[in-house]
Parts: sequence; C-alpha cells; structure tokens
Amino acid sequence: MKSLQRLVLFSILTLSGFSFTGFSQIEIPEKPSKEMAVYDAADLLKEAEEQKLRLKLETYADTTSTQIVVATINSLNGEYIGTYAAEWGQKWGIGQKKEDNGLLILIAKKEAKIWFSTGYGLEPYLTDATSKTIIENIILPEFRKANYYEGIDEGTTAVFEVIAGKFDASQVKTSSSKDVGWGFAIFPILIFVVIFILIARKNKGGGSGKGNHGRGPDLLDFLILGSMGRSMGGGSFGGSSSGGFGGGGGFSGGFGGGGFGGGGAGGSW
Amino acid sequence: MKKWLIPVIIIVVVAFGLYSWTKGFNNTAITLKEEAKTAWSNVESAYQRRNDLIGNLVKTVQGAADFERNTLTEVIEARSKATSVNINADNLTEENIKQYEQVQGGLNSALSRLLVSVERYPDLKSNQNFMNLQTQLEGTENRINVERNRYNSAVGKYNTHISLFPNSIFAGWFGFEEMSRYSADEGAEKAKEVEFDFN
Repeated sequence: MKSLQRLVLFSILTLSGFSFTGFSQIEIPEKPSKEMAVYDAADLLKEAEEQKLRLKLETYADTTSTQIVVATINSLNGEYIGTYAAEWGQKWGIGQKKEDNGLLILIAKKEAKIWFSTGYGLEPYLTDATSKTIIENIILPEFRKANYYEGIDEGTTAVFEVIAGKFDASQVKTSSSKDVGWGFAIFPILIFVVIFILIARKNKGGGSGKGNHGRGPDLLDFLILGSMGRSMGGGSFGGSSSGGFGGGGGFSGGFGGGGFGGGGAGGSW
Repeated sequence: MKKWLIPVIIIVVVAFGLYSWTKGFNNTAITLKEEAKTAWSNVESAYQRRNDLIGNLVKTVQGAADFERNTLTEVIEARSKATSVNINADNLTEENIKQYEQVQGGLNSALSRLLVSVERYPDLKSNQNFMNLQTQLEGTENRINVERNRYNSAVGKYNTHISLFPNSIFAGWFGFEEMSRYSADEGAEKAKEVEFDFN
C-alpha cells in the first residue's frame, strides 16, 4: 500500500514538473550580462571608436529612454537579416517595455548587409522609408569606403534628428521611466552635498587656533561617498563617474523589454 | 478504525493531486491558446498593412501613363480577394488557414508581376513616392514573416502541451484540439519573390 502511495506521489511530482521547450529556428546570441549600446563582434570598430559610440548612444538613452543598439556580427549563417534582427531585438528587449522604443542596427560583415530593426513604438516616427533613406544616403556611402565608424556615427545622429523632429521633447520627458531615472540620479548628489556641508560646518565649528580637531574631507571620505553614489545611482550615475575605466556604464537600468515586429529597412554595401 | 483511515487518506491525496494536475493542464492550455490567437491577430494585421500599402501602390502606378492595364487589374482583383478572407481567431482550422494562405499567395504573385513590369518604366521606378512604397512593402513582408514565425511557435507550444502523453488524455476530455500552423512553403517562398534590390 505504501509503495503504491509513493508511486502515485512520485508520478504526480515528476509529471507536473514537465517542462516544455519552445522551438525557435533562429539562433540569436544570449542577452549579455552587461547591457550596452555597442557590440562589435565583427571588429569593424576600433576600441576608441566603440567607446565614443557607446557613450553617445547611452547618453541618448539616458535622456530620451529610446535605446539604440549597434551590433556587428561576422555572418548571418544564411538567415534573412530583417527577420533575424527583429527576433534579436525582441529577445534582448531593447527599448522600454511600454514604449517599445528600441532600435537595433545590425551589421553583418561577411554578407555586407545592414538592417535597421525598429521597435513597435518607433515605427510611426522612424518609418521604413526613413530608415532606408538614412541607410542608403548616409551610412552606405561611408561603409563603401570602409569608414564604419563614420557611417554609424552619422547614421545614428540622423536617427536622433528624425525622432526629435517628430517627437516632442516634452513628450519624451514625461514618460514615467524617465522620472524614476532622474530621481535616482539626483538622490546621491543630494546626499553628497548634505554630507559635504556637514563636514564643512564641523571644520568651522572647530574654532580657531585649536588645531585640526575636526578633520577635513580626506581621500577616504571621497572614496566612501563615491561608492555610495555608485551603488545608489545605478548606471546613470556610474556612467559618468566610471567613464574613464574600461567598459563604461552601459544603459542605466538595462534593456527595458521593448517589442519588435519586423519593421525597418536594410541595404548592402 | 485505522484500517479504513489509510485508504481514505490515499484517496484524498490522489484526488487532490489529480485535481490540481488537471487544473494546471487546463489553465496552461487556455493561456497558450490565447497567446496563439493573439499571435494570429498580429499576422492578420501585418497582412492588412500590406493590403493598405498595395492600395497606395496601385494608385501611384495608375498615375503613370499607359501602364499595363492587365497587370494592374490582376493586382486589384487579387487584393480585393485577399481582403475578403478573414479568419475568426476562434476558428483557426487547417482549412481556413489554407484558404487564407491561398488568397494572400495569389496577391503575392500578382504583386511580383506588377513589380517586374515596373522595371520597364524608368520614370515610375525613380518616382520618390513609388520608392517609398517599395521600402514600406519590403518592411511589411518582413513584419509578416516575423509575426508568422511567432504565430507558428505559439501554436507549436500549445500543440506540444496538449499532445504530450498524459496531457493528451486530458486534452480529449476538455476538448482541446490541435491548432494549425501557417505552412512555410506557400507563404514564405512566395514572399521571397517580392524581394527588392536597389543596387
């Protein structure tokens, strides 16, 4: 009797633990642990160029919440770039969840192809035809001269302009995610200021002639304050303070989970 | 007293286990089915978008003097046929999807013929409006492919859920039937014909 009971329980447990694996035909790189604006797997950019571009796009994302990611890959392995880019953007969740304001610029080295994959929310502003114009008239002429950085740099600037022209700056600023971002950025600065004032007052209160009995802000204070700011501010604060070090800040808050529906345009050089 | 208590406990445990198991199965199946239906409506709206674009394309092409009437008429007819077939998301049977594929496929080939014949009209080809429409169409083909893949993968998840062994029994009890995929051959291959090359 007992063994039967155990058998039943066992089978219930194992069967309910069944997992279903969805099948996807397309292989897309896993979302990286560090979410940044530029992934140069095909090595089309120099290190310094990558840094500059990253800083530019991440600053833009921090002020507008629109996330633009540039990814270069060696080969598409036979995939159609448009579908591939859309699934990629969707999988990584580039852009904010509610606004779907992500843009993935995918560049395939071997096939010499580029594709703008626009998130659902950007489609009305950055239409397929506009993307095409930017690609054909601004990016590809540079790419044909192997000026990859110049092409991407000018192309993304054009994207900024397109979105700015249609997008009311005020409209972008009122988005909720943006407000939170600002609050977090200001908070550590406020603490910093308050502590700074306290230290300064303590020094003053020490009186004259009695030596240095309240210590001035030494290196340790700054280190502590600095790390506080970083841990509280998240990417938005860390981005500016650690700019000189290696990787840079990445998107504050990471990819927001924006959706992609295959809109966009492409070209080849 | 103790003698009958043990089997009662067993029965209660088994009954509860069965209940939560079937409940889990049922709810997951419903969720997956709804997801597949949503995915289908995205497929349809992508096709709808294409139909709208084709309408604009036809108008632009009509503006060009002496464009072949036959090619245009074919597109117009195929388009009106394609817009007339819609599938209710509750009724996604193989037959319905086949029919949908067929009319969209028909529009696809009429459209490719139109685009090929445009090659003979350099004025039209370099018309800014026409070029924009072509780009929009290309993007929309891509949207269709993306949404169709998502629909198929949503259907795949649902079908796997209801057809794996123990679940398949419950599926019979609760009346869950397999949903149909959008077959790639008819749609995807034809879609490739409508690829545009600007070089």
